[in-house]
Amino acid sequence: MITLNINKRTYNIDADPETPLLWVLRDHVGLVGTKFGCGVAQCGACVVHLDGEAVRSCVTKLRRAQGKKVVTIEGLSEKNDHPLQKAWLELDVSQCGYCQAGQIMSAAVLLNENKNPTDQDINYAMAGNICRCGTYLRIREAIHLAAELQGKEISGK
Amino acid sequence: MKKRLFAIIAMPVIMIAIMAFCLDTTNKKSRLITAKKDSIASVTAFKQVYTVLTSARCMNCHPSGDVPLQGDDNHLHKMLPQRGKDGRGIYAMKCANCHQPTNTPGLRMPPGNPNWHLPPADMKMVFQGRTPRQLAKQLIDPNQNGHKDTKKLIAHADDGLVLAGWNPGEGRTLPPMSHAAFKKAWLTWLNTGAYAPAK
Repeated sequence: MITLNINKRTYNIDADPETPLLWVLRDHVGLVGTKFGCGVAQCGACVVHLDGEAVRSCVTKLRRAQGKKVVTIEGLSEKNDHPLQKAWLELDVSQCGYCQAGQIMSAAVLLNENKNPTDQDINYAMAGNICRCGTYLRIREAIHLAAELQGKEISGK
Repeated sequence: MKKRLFAIIAMPVIMIAIMAFCLDTTNKKSRLITAKKDSIASVTAFKQVYTVLTSARCMNCHPSGDVPLQGDDNHLHKMLPQRGKDGRGIYAMKCANCHQPTNTPGLRMPPGNPNWHLPPADMKMVFQGRTPRQLAKQLIDPNQNGHKDTKKLIAHADDGLVLAGWNPGEGRTLPPMSHAAFKKAWLTWLNTGAYAPAK
């Protein structure tokens, strides 16, 4: 049995420690917001936070997550009101939406470490998240908007 | 008058004696590190070392730019992950986000190591594009080699990330010789004077 902290809740997982974290999240815990894309760490659809880092859960084994804090798209905010989620809705970023959980989770790490990213910063940070609908321009615009919203939240305006 | 004359004659003699003593001490120190200097054996060994360091498994993480390399053709790493200040990537593109503590099973899946990283931005330790002479001189310069003295350079042959080059994961070419052969050449090069080839 492996104990995991996912979205601030404790789960006891009865699975092989070699199981990909993505399988545990989707099949054992029932958090299906995180998507399976390629299974080989190439597309970014499965990104979750592990102690604040944007790991690819399809290649991250369950044993690596033990004792660490896992955050999925379901746990990014209390009321789906993270600045990125607000910006995503405001700009209607998603098309098919399949990659968007991973996109948002990667962007959240960017905004956590860089409060006012440039286009180049966004390109560097998001280069590992693929969108087959090609929503990249809206993603970039939404990250800029989210940075602005986040700035206002921090300053209390 | 006699005292002054004695001082004029004696002082240079004393100074030379002190200098000779210092030089002798330096030589003794270097002898502790270098068993027997042999420029021919040293250069011959380095030529073997060079084939390993410029093989894909080593050079791909010692690029001339800020993006690691991939494959036997040393192409830029897909997704263009950036070196970052500490060599471990930036933002959502940190090395360990994909590169796990161990190799991920499967053909050409991400190789793994708990310490996966590039050299840091303030000392890039570039292998790509270096001639044998340039690389040899770089490797023994503490200001370019990660502040390593000879002892640390010797120990580095058994560094976990160096060893990972010989366990690269399925579908990747190994360095051109075994780790044991590489280590032997590395130690020979260092212990015979760490001479740089002429070119």
